[in-house]
Amino acid sequence: MTTTSTATVTLADLTRMLRESAGEEEGIDLDGDVIDTPFMELGYDSLALLQVIGEIQREYGIEIPDDAVVDAETPGALLALINAGRQ
Amino acid sequence: MTASGSAAAPATASVTTSPTVVTGLGIAAPNGLGTEDYWKATLAGESGLGPVTRFDATQYPSRIAGEVPGYTAEEHIPSRLMPQTDHMTRLALTAADWALADAGIDTGELPEYGIGVVTAASGGAVEFGQRELQNLWSKGKEYVSAYQSFAWFYAVNTGQISIRHKLRGPSGVLLTEQAGGIDSLGHARRHLRKGFSAVVAGGVDAAICPWGWVPQIASGLMSTADDPARAYLPFAAEARGYVPGEGGAILVLESAEAADRRGAGHRYGEIAGYAATLDPAPGSGRPAGLGRAIENALADAGLTAGDIDVVFADAAGVPDLDRAEAATLTALFGVRGVPVTAPKTMTGRLLAGGAALDVATALLALRDGVIPPTAHVTAPAPEHTIDLVTEAREADLRTALVLARGHGGFNAALVVRRAS
Repeated sequence: MTTTSTATVTLADLTRMLRESAGEEEGIDLDGDVIDTPFMELGYDSLALLQVIGEIQREYGIEIPDDAVVDAETPGALLALINAGRQ
Repeated sequence: MTASGSAAAPATASVTTSPTVVTGLGIAAPNGLGTEDYWKATLAGESGLGPVTRFDATQYPSRIAGEVPGYTAEEHIPSRLMPQTDHMTRLALTAADWALADAGIDTGELPEYGIGVVTAASGGAVEFGQRELQNLWSKGKEYVSAYQSFAWFYAVNTGQISIRHKLRGPSGVLLTEQAGGIDSLGHARRHLRKGFSAVVAGGVDAAICPWGWVPQIASGLMSTADDPARAYLPFAAEARGYVPGEGGAILVLESAEAADRRGAGHRYGEIAGYAATLDPAPGSGRPAGLGRAIENALADAGLTAGDIDVVFADAAGVPDLDRAEAATLTALFGVRGVPVTAPKTMTGRLLAGGAALDVATALLALRDGVIPPTAHVTAPAPEHTIDLVTEAREADLRTALVLARGHGGFNAALVVRRAS
């Protein structure tokens, strides 16, 4: 399933993969303005992030450093990290 | 996730001799999802055994199982928990939800560290684990779920129940195969006696997948019959092994004191006696430990054999094991001295869930004054001089004895007494 698309990973891509990988917390609207909301507040722990990062790596054929789980505290920070690595 | 551990007894509590009562039941069984559906089917003798559908079993020598019907996980399990739970854990979480609701416990109102969780397990979440191992071998490590780190684990049901309901009292998991469902209740009672107010206990198992199937086939104890009505016939002359099933029961146990204090709505009964023994090594010549487990459980309850109104048998369905159990019952209770039943003929043997379901069934029998039948068996073999109940039988039941034997030499006996 690995693709080598060079398109930028968007927030919509990320929220879709979050839902697939780790489900969606009740009472949280992932389609809202969540770009700067910490993952913890969205109901995702480090394992959920590890799971979604695994999916991103497989789907986009890219490598994301393990530290991303700790360093990227928000969707915006994770997207910046992912897309920076793809330039 | 820390799935097992211990918490100090509440500072205000002291060792208590208050009886242990059951105030909540949650049941997921092959012949009924939910306590009342299960109980209705069980009294009617409706079996949940049938050809395996959870995987293609046609190439295996055993092809019959008891599968829980009509369970749609999405209706019971929140989205966040779906990717991280096996079918087994989903059933356990659902049964625990029902048990707590039945008990009417508002977990937010009790002390945070006052309620524990103790469940039984066998091989853990083998269906989830098998899928991830297949991903590892066929696609590579990048394809293994991060949740494999705990989702397969045999303590996972305890952990997930504890997390979901914020139950931070003492927790643990017991692995004594079919005896585990009883042992978890015995262990829960120990915690209550230390002063904890409630423990969620019991067992729910599900291993109907190739990885769960193969070791059971290797035991040589599984039935290879293809007719669901003839595959599992404990105590019958045609006994030819057991049929496995999935499901089990989760119970809420409280000290009678704590249940009174919070004004619990109902009490199904009291865990009056419990004992466990281990068989001696094969070939030692010493007797198996089931009889001693029964004697110790009776002594623990302050009762004698004559006080027992019904026995829920282990009912292995394997001729040698049936012979040993029937002989033990005859020695302790006399020839046809007590009604004996095996409603698990309608569910199959549920691994770690089986004995917990038998205890729940015994409590329902006490509540309604009726002994559920042993299905598919018309009469015990002449060599077994037991009063096997093959049709639902009304009786004034005050006490029931539940027995379980786990592969590897585990024996457990538990006495339940009707709520006064």
